[in-house]
Order: sequence, then structure tokens, then C-alpha cells
Amino acid sequence: MTTVTATGTSTRTPSVGTARTRVEGVEKVTGAARYAGEIPFAGLAHGWLTLSTVARGRISALDTDAVLAMPGVLAVLDHRNAPRLNTDFVSLLGQRPDPTCAVFQHDRVPHLGWPVALVVAETSEQAREAAESLVVHYEPEPHATDFGADTPDSYPLDGFMPALTEKGDIEDELAASAVVLDATYTTPEEHHNPMEPHAAAALWDDGRLEVVDSNQGATWVGGDLANLFSLDPAAVRVRSEHVGGGFGSKGVRAHQVAAAMAASVLGRPVRVVMTRRQMFTLAGHRSPTVQRIRLGADAGGRLRALEHRSLSHTSTVYEFVEPSAGVARVMYDADAHRTENRVVRLDVPSPTFMRAPGEAPGSFALESALDELAAACGLDPIELRLRNDAERGPVSGLPFAGRRLADCFREGARRFGWAGRDPRPAVRRDGRWLLGTGTAAASFQAGAAPSTATATAHPDGGFTVRIAAADIGTGARTALTLVAADALGVAPERVRVRIGDSAFGPAMIAGGSMGTRSWSWAVKAAAEELRERLALGTGIPAEGITVRSDTTAAIGALAAAERHSFGAQFAEVAVDVTTGEVRVRRMLGIFAAGRIINPLTARNQFLGGMTWGISMALHEEALRDRASGGLVGADLAGYHVATHADVPRIEADWIDDPDPDDPVGIKGIGEIGIVGAAAAVANAVWHATGARHRDLPISPDRVLTAGAPDA
Amino acid sequence: MREFDYRRATDVAGAVALLGADPDTRYLGGGTNLVDLMKTGVERPARLVDIRELPLDRIEPAPDGGLRIGATVTNADLAAHPEVRRRYPALAQAVLAGASGQLRNMATVGGNLLQRTRCGYFADVTRPCNKRIPGSGCPAVEGEHHNHAILGASEHCVAVHPSDMAVPLAAFDAVVHYETADGPGELPLADFYPPVGETPHLETSLPAGALITGVVLPPAPVAARSRYRKVRERASYAFAIGSLAAALDIRDGAVHEARLALGAVASRPWRARTAEEVLTGAPAAPETYAAAAEAELAAARPLPHNGYKVTLMRNLVVAVLTELAEEAAR
Amino acid sequence: MASSTSSVITLHINGEKFTLPVDHRTTLLDALRERLTLTGTKKGCDQGQCGACTVLLDGRRTVSCLQLAVAAEGREITTIEGVAEGDRLHPVQRAFLELDGYQCGYCTPGQICSAIGALREHAEGLPSAVTDDIRPEAGPPPLTEEEIRERMSGNLCRCGAYVAIVEAVARAAADGGRTGAATGSEEVVA
Repeated sequence: MTTVTATGTSTRTPSVGTARTRVEGVEKVTGAARYAGEIPFAGLAHGWLTLSTVARGRISALDTDAVLAMPGVLAVLDHRNAPRLNTDFVSLLGQRPDPTCAVFQHDRVPHLGWPVALVVAETSEQAREAAESLVVHYEPEPHATDFGADTPDSYPLDGFMPALTEKGDIEDELAASAVVLDATYTTPEEHHNPMEPHAAAALWDDGRLEVVDSNQGATWVGGDLANLFSLDPAAVRVRSEHVGGGFGSKGVRAHQVAAAMAASVLGRPVRVVMTRRQMFTLAGHRSPTVQRIRLGADAGGRLRALEHRSLSHTSTVYEFVEPSAGVARVMYDADAHRTENRVVRLDVPSPTFMRAPGEAPGSFALESALDELAAACGLDPIELRLRNDAERGPVSGLPFAGRRLADCFREGARRFGWAGRDPRPAVRRDGRWLLGTGTAAASFQAGAAPSTATATAHPDGGFTVRIAAADIGTGARTALTLVAADALGVAPERVRVRIGDSAFGPAMIAGGSMGTRSWSWAVKAAAEELRERLALGTGIPAEGITVRSDTTAAIGALAAAERHSFGAQFAEVAVDVTTGEVRVRRMLGIFAAGRIINPLTARNQFLGGMTWGISMALHEEALRDRASGGLVGADLAGYHVATHADVPRIEADWIDDPDPDDPVGIKGIGEIGIVGAAAAVANAVWHATGARHRDLPISPDRVLTAGAPDA
Repeated sequence: MREFDYRRATDVAGAVALLGADPDTRYLGGGTNLVDLMKTGVERPARLVDIRELPLDRIEPAPDGGLRIGATVTNADLAAHPEVRRRYPALAQAVLAGASGQLRNMATVGGNLLQRTRCGYFADVTRPCNKRIPGSGCPAVEGEHHNHAILGASEHCVAVHPSDMAVPLAAFDAVVHYETADGPGELPLADFYPPVGETPHLETSLPAGALITGVVLPPAPVAARSRYRKVRERASYAFAIGSLAAALDIRDGAVHEARLALGAVASRPWRARTAEEVLTGAPAAPETYAAAAEAELAAARPLPHNGYKVTLMRNLVVAVLTELAEEAAR
Repeated sequence: MASSTSSVITLHINGEKFTLPVDHRTTLLDALRERLTLTGTKKGCDQGQCGACTVLLDGRRTVSCLQLAVAAEGREITTIEGVAEGDRLHPVQRAFLELDGYQCGYCTPGQICSAIGALREHAEGLPSAVTDDIRPEAGPPPLTEEEIRERMSGNLCRCGAYVAIVEAVARAAADGGRTGAATGSEEVVA
């Protein structure tokens, strides 16, 4: 099949688009793949974090002497003796750092579970007992952690998008509308909970800092560490070969910083691993949201007014906004259109990006509201969406670089068997179960960010591609191998892609559904240039021929457009209103999400997102205790994520939708699977029972409280 | 976790002697609850006596026709046992509904009875809890309590017992057998868990130093038609928010005998004797089942956020008894 | 009575003997990962709430985070590193690889060990919480996807690869049947 001619041109069948098992698959199924907390170091010491037990106040004293006398204890770091850090910088993503990562710099406690000390010992058992024995005295202050629509002192916050967009007069258009909906939706505090807890080992060697870490961007974390410790970026190397999930939580966090501090103080390698419970305060979370949506439509369902306002919380030390109202800026136009994202500062840990930030909670509210409007208009929910399918960006006025939402709905409706659906709620029964179906639209931004890569040709005919990408489970390593192979015109087996090393140069993080697209762009550029160089026919020296790419200029030259993936979600649920149990029976997602590099892993990604949607709809909720200001049941038995039994044989597929402006045609698929999924489930629960659930999760107590249908 | 001494016992007398009267010593069975609590600091024993190798791992016929289940029988082996599945199906179902395959392979019958509550305040040593530190207070009453007790609780503690297995054991009048330095003893399950009252830290009526050696199920023909239903916040691998073990014997259209026990509603498996009295002799009909449930739940004192459990338990009683009656009619 | 807080123990792991001193607090999980460099067994929660640390103990799947190492002395321990026969993957491993039964890979060793244990339990006739008729006369229930899901529910996968994992377990079970073994687990745990 493969013919590489002397000039390097090829007649190979492209690798991109063919199903491939993961290149690191054998390592993963045999246990050979080593994650950050598993890399051995000679003389490794173990650090264990001690966290605050008050939600606000000052540390008045730490009884470290008793702990230092315990067996095996080597050091205790706290705000009195820890190295000083620099927090005055802008990170790779253009943001100032969340000062949460700058541990032990002052005596203030801004939330419960704040790191107050690191105890380092010879073994992890000794470190744990010592850290938990450390007595810390506080001067507690009254805290505020209650979040709700009435929480005072909220304010608009921009984040990655403007806080407010507005056109037309909402009140006028609502007054003129034939059908009006005014509803408030809430989503709870949610936690990423990647299966691999955050872990890092740090080692100083002649003024250079080496960190083995689990993160979503080695250059990103390396750059932040260099800034924090006031080092030359070249003096910091971060490696992150295998990453056990991230979902937005794995950037610079307390563990790397504490490990680097301790390693510098002790002059030996130190590993710090978060416990699962610690992750609930140290690893970020998705803020709860309160979203009020007002819709006004004419009798035919065309939107005259759309207002989407979202409130989320942030910490007292950092501003992060969950931009839930942003989804309305993409999905639907109206004569009057207003969206706003607000935050309120509370004595809680800083929230952060979590899979589809903004879109996940925002689409639950907006797509539930559309479902309610469809019922009020007597329209099929798909028909309502098709009638309001935006032709240009509702806020930007820019054209869409591809918007195949309607095609997703048509294909999905066909495969799901939507036609002929009885719109009446609460009329289908299977034994004790009421049955219903629901749908929702999905969208997620398609972006690319500058990255660098190198491609090396070796004399033995093999190639090595290096890029500081992160494979957090997305299949990026395999996808990049296929992209490189096509660009080089060779079989993927001849290409070795090395990732997860800050020494490979700047690159986008695994986030924003932009990783594989951004990295592929750089990899393709380097590989194509290498192929051209090889075509010149000069021999390959022993050290190989290496070509470097940088996509900064190309990405900067992209024309302004509305660039998004789209999708249509379908769900069928069974609800026992006498016990409150909800079971998803079927689910289908059809996506228009750019060129699919590897159908095997892409399907898994979409299904993973949809599984998150099930989990978000039915299970996930962190419960905050008013008295302490902390969470109750902060572990995987108290914070439920979907398990096997919750997820039936759900299906995901896609329609052809290559991005016209991307060299490979990619849009990005990491996040869109969750968008709209919770709404599809909630809409199906309404169709099954007649009860509209505007608060997530749709837990048994809520279903029971909503009561049985009259039917 | 505090450092501790570790001993393996090879016979019951030796195990009891090793424990002695030392309040800092604990028996180690499957460890699925104890080791977790040691990690969180709720338990800080100075010595563990490993009893997994004791010859208490058998399920045998009892002389009166019942079953004797050894204390170190694993949950998995209990659920797999043909006589349990045939004669006490609700017990097998309850065990299978609990935890996960891995945990069922480790956890033992004795340890299951001694499981501590999964109340989030109990598990967090930085919070007050009258179970852990008597007199420190119960933050759940005013705080997060959506999965707390509606029956038999007190202002001092509103936690629920987490065991699934204990629910059918309560319904089937199980008797717990134990050994102490002074000799053997037994406690009906009905008396095994004392009322909460002002002493939520006193979770069992076992004498100090006692080792549970087994559980005896008396013969109960009614149990052959029994069922366990569990409702939880995901489809598997979660603790109950409400569960029911029920057995029903219908003769000539009337309830001849009924057994009911409710789970996740109280500090102990809640034997529903009031409901059983209403059922006995009454027509086998959904109205009867509802009346029985309502009679039992008249004693419910829900908190602000767990009132749904009253509805849930009422509905479960009606649904499960209806299913059992339909099954009997087939 | 004399007391001590550590012991020298011998663990039987994947057919090999390892003698080491352990702090009694050391779990089997930490002994594997931090003392014996058998890092294939993963620590996801350290509380028995995720299943990432699943190993086979005397052929039965258990969570090694709640198993004290000192209490595992004398038992046969099989970890993910021991389920393949040399370079020949176990049928469950092969199915996970071919059907993409994972994403980040961190829960994967636990899923695979759990699947091996679950298939053996099923072959022995153990019913599950979704088995309609648990009477012994009814025999083992058909290994439907619903049965697989329930039996595998002690293994969380936050990436959400459940659909592919269930497909892999089903295929491995079918392969085990075709090759004559009662389940995919027999060759390993025998």
C-alpha cells in the first residue's frame, strides 16, 4: 500500500480517518505505563499536605516541634519558613495565576481545605500520620459560602469573553411575544475527579528544577513554575508522559509547588500526591450556577426575545467565571438578545475550567428552556430549534465557519426514531417505569492556539516528532502519529511521537477542545517541511535532520468567524416516580465536529462526554455545609459519578464537517459530548413524567418530591 | 494512621484473649470499613487482631432447621450459598446490592454488622460528631442530612446504619452469636443495636471484648418468598437512601404472615412490626399494604431535607408487597 | 505482651516471592507501588470507592487499598503485571486494547483485573443484583451487558469509557468460551 519514492511523494492511503488502537495501548493494558506518582527516584522523600479546618481566618500558630520529632519526619514547611514565590506574571493562557497555587506565603486562610503546611518524611505512611497530627491554631473569622440567586454583591465578570452582550429591548419584545417563558435553572458545584490524583515529584539539580507531574500542558506548568520560583524558563523541565485524566483540573496546583519547595529545602527529590479528599479543595471545581432565562416567541416559535443570565461563584483570592450565558451567543438569535455572566465572591476554593466550562451548565439551562418553549408553542422540539437556527453569530454578526446543526438533528432524528413521537408527557409506561424521550442541541467553540513542534528524520528510515502535547486520555498521541504519518507520507509505524515534556518547546495545553487541533497544525507543518527537505535528496546524517515549526503566525492570520462544533443529543429515560429512580435507556449524539482523525478513539471521546452528561444530569453534586463552609462527603462515595450500571449502550456518530481553515480539518471533540447531554436527559424526564426538573441533579429525592403524574 | 501492632489469631479463644479488655485493640476481618476509618483517623487502634483465618467461614444447617453463618464468611460467599438463595432470597439480594464485587469478596458477615455509619460528619474528624466524640454535637441536624434518619433518631444523632445485609437479617429474626473471655453469648438482632437516645456512640449491645462468631437464622418458611429492594443515587455501588426487605405469605386471599424491615432510615435496620401487625390477617391488597406502611411511618420524624424518605418507604412497601403477592399468585 | 509496628513479610506476587519489611500501616497497594515498583496497580481514591487498585487475591478480585500488606502474607496475589503470559496478552487485555476500552488508562489495570475476577465469579454461578432469578436451580444468568455492567460497577472510569469497556468484557467472555476455557480468567487464576 505504501510507496515512498525517492522524492518522498507518496501514494499511500491516508492514515487520518482510519481506526487505530492507541500507540501506548499495550503499556496501558499491561500496567507498564507509568504515571507521575510512579516514577522512581533515588532518595525520594514523601510530602503530605495539611489543610485548613476553618473556612476563613488566620493561622495563629503551628505546633511543628512535636511533628518534627515523629519517626521519619524530615521537614515541615509552612508560611513562616517556605521559600518566597513570585505571583506577578501572566501565564501561557494569558491569565494571571490563581494565587491558590502559591502555597505557604502568608497566614491568611481563604477557604476550608487551604494548604497550611507540608510535612515531609521518609515514607508516605510517616508523612501522612505526621501531617494529620500537626496541630494548627486559627483565629477564625465568620465565613460566607452560601450560594444562590439572592447572594448579595454579585458583579459582572469578563473572563475569556465579555460579561455582557445586549441588542434590542428585551422587555419590549417580551411584551410583544405570543409565548413567554421565564424560568430559573440551577446546577450544583461539580468536581473533575480524574481517576489519577494530582501527583508530582520534584528534584533540583544544579539550580535546575525537574518535575515529573500529571498535567494538561508541560510547557504551561513549566512556565508557571519558572515564574513562581523566579527561574529562567530554560532552567525548569516538566515531564508528564501519561496523565490519568484532567478535565480542566490539571494545571499548576499546590502539589507541584510544595514538592519543588521541599526538594529545594531538603536537597533531595520529594513527591507530593493529593489524596482524593484533598482534591475536593485543591484541584478546582465547577462553580454552581443559577441561570435565569427569559424567552419570547411569536406563535410560530420564532424567538423575539432571548435573555440568558448566569451567576456563579468564585473565591476571594481569584476571579474565575463560569460563562454559562455564552452558549446563547452562539445558538439562537432573537430580535432582542441579552446575555450576562456574573460572579459572587465567597470563602470557597477557586473554581476553574471543567469539561465544557460555560457550555455544560449553560446548555442545560438554555436547551431545557427551548424544550419548555416548544411545549408551550405546541411545536416539536427539533422543529423549534430548526426555526431558530442562527444564520450568523447572534452577537458577533460574523458568518459561521460551518454550522451543520440542522443536519445533526435530521440524522439524529432518523437514527433515534424521533419521527411520530407523541409529544404528550407522562403517557408511556413499561411496568413500574414511565418512559420519555428528549433532545437538545450542542455547540462548542473550535479554536486553535500557537504551538511548536519538531520533526526528525533518522537514517534508519524512522521519524520522531516532538511536541509538548498532553494525552490525558483523548488519544492525542495516536492522533498526532496519524497526522505526522500522512504529512510525511509514510506508515504510522515509522513515526514515533514524543509528548509531555516542556523541553519540546511551547505548545497549547490539552484544553478548550483545542489540543489536538493546535498540535496537529504544528506537527503537520514540521512534518511537511521535513518531507520537502528530504525531497532534496541529501543524505541523512547520524543525528538526523530536524525541522521545527511554529504556528503563531498562521493562527494569527485566521479570518474572524464564528468557529464551532455542533451536535444533536437524544436520550430515552425510564423513571419510577414511586422511588425516584431515573435510568437512561438509550442515548444518541450526532456531531459535526471537524475532521475525525481516529474514529476508534473519537467515538470514545464523544461517548465519554455524553457519559459526563448523564452523570451531570442524574448524579453529581458537591454538598457544602453552611456551618463549616466545607464540603460534606467529599469522596467518591459521597460525590457520585456515573458508574457502569448507569450507562447503557449509548451511541455517538458524526457527519462530515471538516474545518475549511484548518490544515487537517480538525475542530476539536473533547468537550462537545457533554454539551446538551444533561438537557436531553432532563427533557426526557419531563416527557416521561410531566415534571420539569430545573435543578440538577435529578436525584431520587427531587423526583419523589415532584410527585407522580396525574395520568 | 497511627502505628499499630498486628497479630493473627488462629482460634477463637486466642482471638478473644489477644483482644482482652484493651479498648485500643480491634478485630480485623475484611478491613473494608476499619482500614478506611483508620486512614481517615476515625479509628486509631494500637493493635489489630486479624481474625480472617479463624474457622468461622462456613455456612451450616442449624439444629432447628435454620442456618448458621460463620462470622468470617465473606459477603460474596454468603450471596453465593445455595441454601441462602433458596430459603432466604432477600438476604442474598441484599448482599448483592451492597458495595462492589471486590468489596463483597473481602467484607465479612461479622464486620458487616459492625459497619459504622457513612454520615459525612462522622467520617470527617475535623467536624463535631456525637458518635465520635460524645457531647461534641451533631452538625447533621442543622446541616446536610438528606440521607439521614427518619425513624428512631434523636437530637444527638440522626445517622443511619449503612448495611444492606442487616436489613433482611432483622426481618428474619437473626441471632448474633459471640464469644467473650467469660464464655459465649447471643443477642437477637432486634436487641443488637441499642436505641440512639443520648448515647449514639454506643452502637451495639455486645459486651466489651466480644468477638462475633456467627449469625443464626431461625427457620422461616415465609422467607422463601422474600425480596430486597434498594434505592440509591446511582444504579449500583452506592449506599441506600432507602431499602426494604419483605417476605409475604398469602393464604386464601389474606396475609397469613409478613416480615418487613426498612434500611437507611434509622440507626439500625428497622424492623417494621407495626406494619406487620396491620398486615397479618388483612386482605392481600395494595390498600392493606399502604395502610401498613402508613401505620409504620406514623412514627417518622423527618428533618427538613429528608422528608422524601417517608414517601419513598411508603411506596417501596406497597410496590414490593404487591410484587410478592403477584408472584405468589402465578 | 510485646508489640511491634512492623514485620518482615513474604508476599507471593505473580508467581514470585518477595520478602520485605513493612510498616503495619502499609497497604498492599502501597507495598506494590512504593516498595516493589509494581506500579501497574493504581491508587485512585485509597478508600475502596473507585476500584482502580483491584488485584486478584487467591483468585478473587479485591481492592488492595483496604488490604493491609501484612495481612496478605501467605495469599496468592495477581496484579496486572501478572495476567499476561509473557508477551501474550490475556484475552481481557487484548479486548480492551482492540476495542479501546479505556481513555486515560489509569483505571484500566483495575478494570481488567476486576473483569477477570467477575468473569470467574459468573462462571462459578454467582448471581448479581440484576439477576432475575437467583435460585440455585436457575443456574448462572446469561452474561448480558446488563449483568456485565452491574458486576463491573465497582470500577469507576471518569473518562466515561464504559461502553467500550463493556464491549471488551463481553468479547473477552465470548473468546474465553470459544477457546474452551470456562472464562477468560481460567488460565490466569488456575
